[in-house]
Amino acid sequence: MEKRVVFQSTWLPYALLAPQIAVTVVFFFWPAFQAVWFSFQLQDAFGLKTEFVGLQNFAELFHDSRYLESFKVTAVFSLLVATFGLAISLVLATMADRVLRGALAYKTLLIWPYAVAPAVAGVLWAFLFAPSIGIITYVLKGMGVDWNWIIHGDQAMLLVVIASVWKQISYNFLFFLAGLQSIPKSLIEAAAIDGAGPMRRFWTIVFPLLSPTTFFLLVVNIVYAFFDTFGVIDATTQGGPAQATQILVYKVYHDGVKSADLGGSSAQSVVLMFIVILLTVVQFRFVERKVNY
Amino acid sequence: MVENRPWLTFVSHATLILGVVAVAFPLYVTFVASTLTLEQILEVPMPLLPGDQLISNYSQVLLAGSTKGSAAPVSTMMMNSLIMALTIAVGKIAISIIASFAIVYFRFPLRNFFFWMIFVTLMLPVEVRIIPTFKVVADLGMLNSYAGLTIPLIASATATFLFRQFFMTIPDELAEAARIDGAGPMRFFFDVVLPLSKTSIAALFVIQFIYGWNQYLWPLLITSDESMYTTVIGIKRMIVGSDAANEWHLVMATAILAMLPPALVVVLMQKWFVKGLVETEK
Repeated sequence: MEKRVVFQSTWLPYALLAPQIAVTVVFFFWPAFQAVWFSFQLQDAFGLKTEFVGLQNFAELFHDSRYLESFKVTAVFSLLVATFGLAISLVLATMADRVLRGALAYKTLLIWPYAVAPAVAGVLWAFLFAPSIGIITYVLKGMGVDWNWIIHGDQAMLLVVIASVWKQISYNFLFFLAGLQSIPKSLIEAAAIDGAGPMRRFWTIVFPLLSPTTFFLLVVNIVYAFFDTFGVIDATTQGGPAQATQILVYKVYHDGVKSADLGGSSAQSVVLMFIVILLTVVQFRFVERKVNY
Repeated sequence: MVENRPWLTFVSHATLILGVVAVAFPLYVTFVASTLTLEQILEVPMPLLPGDQLISNYSQVLLAGSTKGSAAPVSTMMMNSLIMALTIAVGKIAISIIASFAIVYFRFPLRNFFFWMIFVTLMLPVEVRIIPTFKVVADLGMLNSYAGLTIPLIASATATFLFRQFFMTIPDELAEAARIDGAGPMRFFFDVVLPLSKTSIAALFVIQFIYGWNQYLWPLLITSDESMYTTVIGIKRMIVGSDAANEWHLVMATAILAMLPPALVVVLMQKWFVKGLVETEK
């Protein structure tokens, strides 16, 4: 799509673009280029000498069992966050689409967690689940559960999943609700006249028509679990215990900032960049498909 | 409503109420904890009704800060968060709107190249270029400064796309009429395009304000000076150990203060918020 009517100027468009391009080059392209550059280098322990080592950092990375473990943790984590996040918000959105009374009130009361920072969400849930003083811990102990996420890896994972899902429900809810409201009522009415019950109508009409929204949200939620949950993890488990919740992004930060392993951390950054590019391509492919839908 | 099924309506309301309560529960416990003394919180189980320490806890965090970890007053942190959120929101909107105006209303060499350059930034979130970006900011001497907190985050592909899409819907006749009347491009921008973009700007502002306020990794990396902490960082710095080692009543009061401004923005500007959310993801 192009504009038919345009203005003429030899310098003005460049001047208008300059601030955006300057920020982009200095803070996006230059660092990204450096990440790629560092990933081919090895620094000695004192940071005095750097040596070009080619693909050695990458080779080491994929032979490092802890890095492969981090891949697995990230896969499990994002799968859990996406599945629970989508399922819970779809149920809530379907119900909210059904009710007539109080719909706006429900909507308002469900969307506010979008405003909570991931790190704050982590702190809130870590407090509820705190091993000795948490109120939910107290209930769990009453039921005979040995709850201590500082020691048990699977419980730590559960904690970060709950905090991440809680924060993301509002977002998914809004998109599902918008998707549900755009489904023509005539289709549902026709099915109802033909005698299909609410469950049948949901699975044979509503759910298939909602699939573009669901797919879009699936990608968004995976991106969210990969990158935006850094705050949740840093504020609660910090990747522990024994790396049970160390997702890829957290490992980049941990190796680069805390262990000062420049080459290894940069190689991880480059791998992550490829993952982002892949996810973006999937997302845009899908957007094109939606237009034809 | 397709048909009347009273029990299904009842189930719907019950599910929604359950959802609302589950979503609100952490907030409620946080608020209660922020009105108790530390001793009351450390009793297991802690009371589930608000105590009488509301004023003393909040005035302590706002004016003096906690005594463990970070000692900066939370009022300073909230000011930092506010400056950061406003600068990012306004800066992003300003540089994106002029960039999209250039791309839509001019023909010039390298136009597509610049457009793709902006597009590619979508694929480079801060998280994947942590260390090199930190180095650039350190080399430019922008650590512990508002410039360092905000400028690296104000380039935005999504905002540029949103404005580009919107500009494409502005009728050509308006630009033609402006040209016939002898208006230059900047006159056209300020008198026609900007007033027409008001709703898009409002929607984008809400989303970007929340984005700026809730930033975590970036301020964590580049602020080491307590006077530059944002509220979200302040909470994290107040948590020094596990369970009993923390001043939970103060941490929780700070958490409420950190959630309040963005939550108010979402609830009070709900219409713009929903519009902004749906449009920036298109």
